[in-house]
Amino acid sequence: MAYSEKVVEHYNNPRNVGSLPKEDPNVGTGLVGAPECGDVMKLQMKINPDTQIIEEAKFKTFGCGSAIASSSLATEWVKGKTVQEALSIKNTDIVRELSLPPVKIHCSVLAEDAIKAAIGDWKKKHGIEAPVAEKAAH
Amino acid sequence: MSVKLPIYMDNHATTPVDPRVLEVMLPYFTEKFGNAASRNHSFGWAGEEAVETARQQIASLIGATPKEIIFTSGATESDNLMIKGIAEMFREKGNHIITQAIEHKAVLDTCKRLEKEGFEVTYLPVQRDGRVNLDELKAAIRPTTILITIMYANNEIGVINPIAEIGKIAKEHGIFFASDGVQAVGKIPVDVQKDNIDLLAISGHKIYGPKGVGALYVRRRNPRVQLSAIIDGGGHERGMRSGTLNVTGIVGLGKAAELCQQEMQQEALRLGALRDRLKKGLEAKLDEVYINGSLEHRLPNNLNMSFAYVEGESLLMGINDIAVSSGSACTSATLEPSYVLKALGVGEDLAHTSIRFGLGRFNTQEEVDYVIDKMVQVVTKLRELSPLYEMAKEGIDISKMKWQTA
Repeated sequence: MAYSEKVVEHYNNPRNVGSLPKEDPNVGTGLVGAPECGDVMKLQMKINPDTQIIEEAKFKTFGCGSAIASSSLATEWVKGKTVQEALSIKNTDIVRELSLPPVKIHCSVLAEDAIKAAIGDWKKKHGIEAPVAEKAAH
Repeated sequence: MSVKLPIYMDNHATTPVDPRVLEVMLPYFTEKFGNAASRNHSFGWAGEEAVETARQQIASLIGATPKEIIFTSGATESDNLMIKGIAEMFREKGNHIITQAIEHKAVLDTCKRLEKEGFEVTYLPVQRDGRVNLDELKAAIRPTTILITIMYANNEIGVINPIAEIGKIAKEHGIFFASDGVQAVGKIPVDVQKDNIDLLAISGHKIYGPKGVGALYVRRRNPRVQLSAIIDGGGHERGMRSGTLNVTGIVGLGKAAELCQQEMQQEALRLGALRDRLKKGLEAKLDEVYINGSLEHRLPNNLNMSFAYVEGESLLMGINDIAVSSGSACTSATLEPSYVLKALGVGEDLAHTSIRFGLGRFNTQEEVDYVIDKMVQVVTKLRELSPLYEMAKEGIDISKMKWQTA
């Protein structure tokens, strides 16, 4: 399968790889996917509770090149955004940006899920009622 | 020493034509183009003679006689012919066929079609080592069983079945024994007499011959095996396979078989040593790598390894100057990981991380060393990226985690 240039670029130079301290009250962690499905994404964000701005984002992904690129892109996009802005990122935006073929759309869905899960975790830590995340179909 | 890139190490998928094979084929495209069925002129006789030489070469490789070799378009056709041919010919005698879960699709899908036509098929499970359990085979035999079809060696994991034992069981019960010999013939000694094989499918392009040509061994004595043809026409190949013979391809297949017979012993030793070097090199520099299937009963040129916590397709992407294949779902359209590894009981998580290395005649030690270095480099990089590797290092048992699955 041929990969788009942007997927290859993210795969070769993934942005924001790493981990943030899970226990930090300002860090939200999202862990989505499953090993038996061949994709697991961990996305973490450090969010300023006063401004609700995402100051840092890190990821680690087990999955194909498109999954790695989707999560790498997600960290780039959420950084500097407010929680509300980050929640408005749609998987279709990722598909468009990375030119993902139809068989790889699930990778973008997973990245969107990971953003929502990380923010949900942060909200839970802060006692903010998380809206029931709309779970996209895989 | 630098190696020439890209490196081809996917010789279970196909092999390049050996230059010595190509050389003998070339005249049959142009000067010696006769139809082997033209009995009334020298062009036809030259074609016929070349075909008979090839028949002899192939027969010799597997301990058969030339008249027992039928030429086909490839091993998929040979698999179809041997299974459907027996099924149709002996349907009055019985409607039960025994095969196993990790056959090639050419066998599995043929069996599935026969099921739709009223046949009953037993798909034997395989053991953890990838081999058929002989007691389970015996237990599956019914009075209506007409055919046992079990591959000689598997194309993904290279595991070799106890073929002589299976042949003996089949013979004792008066059941025909057909085997897909695609990966084994030319790589390890195959003897249809010793193994009691009644039908054996052979491919040209897996043994450094051309694509588009294959053969089927059909036993003529003790017992004489009769087949219904699946292609109707001019009655070529003693009525079993109509269609003008692909003389050029057949010449190539014959020569390829001859070279295999002459060089097999040495080549198996050389490739076995390279395979062991590859295995040891990877194991020395990487933790949590696992061999899929028996190492003892394995083709000398195969290594199938899982690199835990690293997804196969991303691994292939990182080693894009090396041609190998993966059991990962992402390499297939179905998003399902390898059914072969699943049947072995390899967890789906590990199946996604598997790589098949298929060494061949033209691989060198320098290439193997390059592959080791590159694999180590990419696996290490991807493990840095892998949340699963991080969790495993933290002592979390991934198999006990609750995952959010679709």
